Amino acid sequence: MFYTIKELVEQSADYPSVAAMMVHMEVENTTRSADQIRHLMGKNLDVMARSVKEGIAGVKSVTGLTGMEAKKMDHYLAEGDFMSGRPILEAVRNAIAVNEVNAKMGLICATPTAGSAGVLAGVLLAVRDRLHMTRDQQIDFLFTAGAFGLVIANNAGIAGAEGGCQEEVGSASAMAAAALVCAKGGTVVQAANAVAMTLQNMLGLICDPVAGLVEVPCVKRNALGASQAMISADMALAGLKSVIPVDETIEAMRRVGMQMPSAFKETAEGGLATTPTALKLKQKIFGDQ
Amino acid sequence: MPDVRFHSVFDIIGPVMVGPSSSHTAGAARIGKVVHDIFGDTPEKITVYLYESFAKTYRGHGTDVAIIGGLLGMAPDDPRLPDSLKIAYDRGITVGFVPKSDKVDHPNTARIVLKKGDRKLEVTGVSIGGGNIQITEINGFKITLSMGTPTYITIHEDVPGMVARVTHIFSENNINIGTMTVTRSAKGEKAIMVLEVDDYQPGILDQLKQLPHMINATYFE
Repeated sequence: MFYTIKELVEQSADYPSVAAMMVHMEVENTTRSADQIRHLMGKNLDVMARSVKEGIAGVKSVTGLTGMEAKKMDHYLAEGDFMSGRPILEAVRNAIAVNEVNAKMGLICATPTAGSAGVLAGVLLAVRDRLHMTRDQQIDFLFTAGAFGLVIANNAGIAGAEGGCQEEVGSASAMAAAALVCAKGGTVVQAANAVAMTLQNMLGLICDPVAGLVEVPCVKRNALGASQAMISADMALAGLKSVIPVDETIEAMRRVGMQMPSAFKETAEGGLATTPTALKLKQKIFGDQ
Repeated sequence: MPDVRFHSVFDIIGPVMVGPSSSHTAGAARIGKVVHDIFGDTPEKITVYLYESFAKTYRGHGTDVAIIGGLLGMAPDDPRLPDSLKIAYDRGITVGFVPKSDKVDHPNTARIVLKKGDRKLEVTGVSIGGGNIQITEINGFKITLSMGTPTYITIHEDVPGMVARVTHIFSENNINIGTMTVTRSAKGEKAIMVLEVDDYQPGILDQLKQLPHMINATYFE
């Protein structure tokens, strides 16, 4: 097993790909066969694709605070007159779609968490046709993301309540960036650089959900995570390198998470959650309690 | 080597779940489900004590709904989950939530107390992110139960010879026991054994359940 990105990179040399290594380790650690494990991941892929589709069609959250904006992005894309590129905007639209479905208590696949579920699904669904990915290659994309995510989870964390949004959307974005580099034919070292650059841009991001709901700013933070993943992947594929090594970056994220006051760790006691508008919304949704 | 809390790729890619929060909804449902399986019965009264982030945001995240859904035996992807409070009410179960301001070791902590007749079970669970959970206390006894290790939990009458009978079954099946915790606690509750083992073997659970004085046995992975 690998416990650092350095070990992940070194050990992956003995396998055809990071995804193949991840499947192999999963077989070793469980009673399941490789086929069963790939099948299970395929079911996760199907849920992701369904949640993107459902969100783009237009959904509203249980509270009414968020919704219908993936649909708006879809119209904007269809008009064809936009500032950034189509792949990045499709990833953004998809990410918003998944988190709007999440906010209406719909079915999603947590990657690594529900609050950050839009990032990986959003990026994958935006590139799979462009990269002519087969179903097996899409499943590999998820195993690659999971391998990098495991290292981040075990050395820092993946809960907003433990370490803020940097550990949720930040981790999701780093995982997506790494998987995207591999899917585009980049090296594992380039993928590791994409992880480092992503987390460095996410460091310090707080978790400040308005009214304690996974809606504002979470839905649009997923748009940030998806777009950053695309940018990081392109930077890494262009040969850009992180000055600070990736494992030291993950350790820095852990430290930042520990030093972060609890007001910024999913308690709704700071940041956007305590703005006058947020307090008014909270009152409107939950009453006086 | 770091403190390895996440073991499987499916801890990171997954679970498939009803939103909105993996730690506050899916993890909460899983804690409830584990407690349901350990108790092995429908309780008459449920009291849930919530700490820190759980205490402050439980309504917005559906933590209350998810824990009760789990305690009714629902999995995190069960479409009935959003209606669990009503289902509990219809079954005549008394449900109470108590947000606490005490400092605890982990921000997402829930202490669940179940009662039925003279039986009482008290379990503390934490949700560590991405829907993954740990059980840290059963009836006042500190334990570390991480999902991902094959684990058996038995609840049985507090009579001589139970430990010997249970370990005999594992010995006969050539299964090594990694850690074992035996607790006997508060009035009214029975004795509990938590056994982490090296391998899973089908059939052992049935053998455990058939032992005299055994009330319930469960297996987790």
